[in-house]
Amino acid sequence: MKLTGAQVLFKALQQENVDTIFGFPGGAVLDIFDELFRSDIRHILVRHEQGAIHAADGYARVSGKVGVCLVTSGPGATNTVTGIANAFMDSIPVVVFTGQVPTPMIGGDAFQEVDITGITRPCTKHNVLVRRIEDLGRTVREAFYIARSGRPGPVLVDLPKDVSRAVIEEKDISWQPNILNNNNNGKYAFTSEQCMKALDMIRNAERPLIISGGGVLLGKASEEFRAFARTLHIPVTSTLMGLGGFPASDPLWLGMPGMHGTYYANMAISHCDLLIAIGVRFDDRVTSKLDAFAPHAKVIHIDIDPASIDKFVKAKLSIVGDCKPILNFLNQCVSEKGFTIPEGQTREWLNQIDLWKEYAPLTYCRTGKTKPQHVVETLYHLTEGKAIITTEVGQNQMWAAQFYHFDYPNSFVSSGGLGTMGFGFPAAIGAQVARPDKLVVDIAGDGSIQMNIQELATAVNYNLPVKVVILNNGYLGMVRQWQELFYGKRYSHSDIADVPDFVKLAEAYGAVGLRATRPEEVESTLRQGLNEPGVVVMDFHVEPEEGVYPMVRPGAPLTEMVLSKEEKAA
Amino acid sequence: MTVRENTISILVNNKPDVLARIAGTFSGRGFNIESISANITRNPEITNIIITTIGDQETVIKLEKQLNKLVDVLEVRDLTDVSSAQREMILVRVKVIASDRDRFTQIVDTHSWKIVSTDADYCILEVTGDRQGIEDALAILETIGMEDFVRTGVVALKRCPPQQIG
Repeated sequence: MKLTGAQVLFKALQQENVDTIFGFPGGAVLDIFDELFRSDIRHILVRHEQGAIHAADGYARVSGKVGVCLVTSGPGATNTVTGIANAFMDSIPVVVFTGQVPTPMIGGDAFQEVDITGITRPCTKHNVLVRRIEDLGRTVREAFYIARSGRPGPVLVDLPKDVSRAVIEEKDISWQPNILNNNNNGKYAFTSEQCMKALDMIRNAERPLIISGGGVLLGKASEEFRAFARTLHIPVTSTLMGLGGFPASDPLWLGMPGMHGTYYANMAISHCDLLIAIGVRFDDRVTSKLDAFAPHAKVIHIDIDPASIDKFVKAKLSIVGDCKPILNFLNQCVSEKGFTIPEGQTREWLNQIDLWKEYAPLTYCRTGKTKPQHVVETLYHLTEGKAIITTEVGQNQMWAAQFYHFDYPNSFVSSGGLGTMGFGFPAAIGAQVARPDKLVVDIAGDGSIQMNIQELATAVNYNLPVKVVILNNGYLGMVRQWQELFYGKRYSHSDIADVPDFVKLAEAYGAVGLRATRPEEVESTLRQGLNEPGVVVMDFHVEPEEGVYPMVRPGAPLTEMVLSKEEKAA
Repeated sequence: MTVRENTISILVNNKPDVLARIAGTFSGRGFNIESISANITRNPEITNIIITTIGDQETVIKLEKQLNKLVDVLEVRDLTDVSSAQREMILVRVKVIASDRDRFTQIVDTHSWKIVSTDADYCILEVTGDRQGIEDALAILETIGMEDFVRTGVVALKRCPPQQIG
């Protein structure tokens, strides 16, 4: 039997159990879209390719599967670059198929030609230009394998038009992935000696602390992680990427560390004698001043990526591997060998943490205009903490992270590493596609939401009932906050007030638009919006100059926290 | 940490874009490639790239970890601190005046250089040696009419065999 390149592609996608693609057609991928027309795979047509890649990213984060994105050559491909870099920074498994001009024309500056493998080389885990139809099936399978194995990441496959159109005998196709490099897998298997040494260090610790990150979620190890921390009764702080990996309602949880982390998480890091880092890469927003980070601690670093070990923070003991089997093994040792931290050894430490919690709980001033934190808090209560929350980037992201208390894995979807404004809404669309049973809410700012607002059409078209909560302060809020604190209140080009009318805009797209301008309208507006069956945009006019606190100034040690705007003024 | 020259031997799949990935990893992480040489191994599908770069040991180890993450990189060997033979080669064009030819031949013989080709006025020499040997040779060649030269990157081989891969 003969197959076209496009048919080979779909056959490979079938082998990878792909059921959803986010994409946008164009000249170089017309053959592929023609095949898609006959396929069972669901395609979500976006309005801008950046929307497609972010939606595939959100889909991957919520479903735990590989997200798939299909776009045309040239501008179609370049429009995905931000989203690819975003997935790369946050280690999200995504496969991006880009169209390419026919192979004989490559290098000749053809219409809609761009060297997309060259452009994305530094921001993909791997990429490949498929020059021969014989290689297509195998290459697609390899792309999925690479995207999800080891430390996951985006893989781009560039498909010249003549390859999609070419015809091949089915028997001449090789489907078997052929990857020689096993750096991500068996080569770095952990040993029981390492685990026993870790337990030994834990046994001797008086002030132990766990810092967990996105690796726990990517490794699907939340359950094992919970058991580990709870059995040993070790307090936990989770990075932005790690939120939901440990229940925020657990008394052992200290909230987020770092620049906008809690006082008690940062104090715990600064005073612990043992820091157990699981699936973190010690981002600068977490460590702040590196020399002053966890100065008294021995560090145990568990991570799947050997390049993360000793990158910034020196590990006394490193265990390279998948955190799920590692935690499983540790839990097994604990239960079978009756391992405990000697009674009372950490009592003083846990008391000290309680005192820090009492001294500076996460809070805000509730008087005056609507406070953005109040909106997030009310959303948390109304949804009983069970919604999937996506965020844009900036203040909205930090308030969502601080005041929506995440109890469940894969319920917080946010652009951590790259900090991509415009991520949250298309990611919410992807999340809703992955979980039609769940309430999905994008917590947005009035700046960020405009960066991919066109995807309202996608959400409405496919009846993906995403709710958008805009914390509208009329500013590019985080920029304004930094200008207030570090640039003498010169609000250079950060004022974006009054335009557009988000209610009318929502209505123009066929969504429901709601607005709340006063604090007493917050709850009723949220109730109304969340109860609507379709897409809803809720525009909350909030205190324009509210800041995100606590805050560690960039480059300062974690112990030097500004707890509130009032404290800063004092 | 002391900054020094490091020799890294990288085994990669022999594919068109691999060199770009390697070079991109160096530049993206803030390293300069001081010298490079690359060619196929016994298995023509595998290329050995040998790069020298300046940096302290700790940072170079971080770089090597990043190189190791590339899908087409099969193995990264740091030859800086292991016992290895290291050589570079230069091809040199020297103008030779007929009356000086005897003296010239004598110098070439003394240093065991190799004459690759010669005609009435010019001679092409081949010189191999370690970094210092090449520097010394160039200093002498400057004094006897060297007009131009090309210099390869470093090739290096570990003295005891590493484990075979593949």
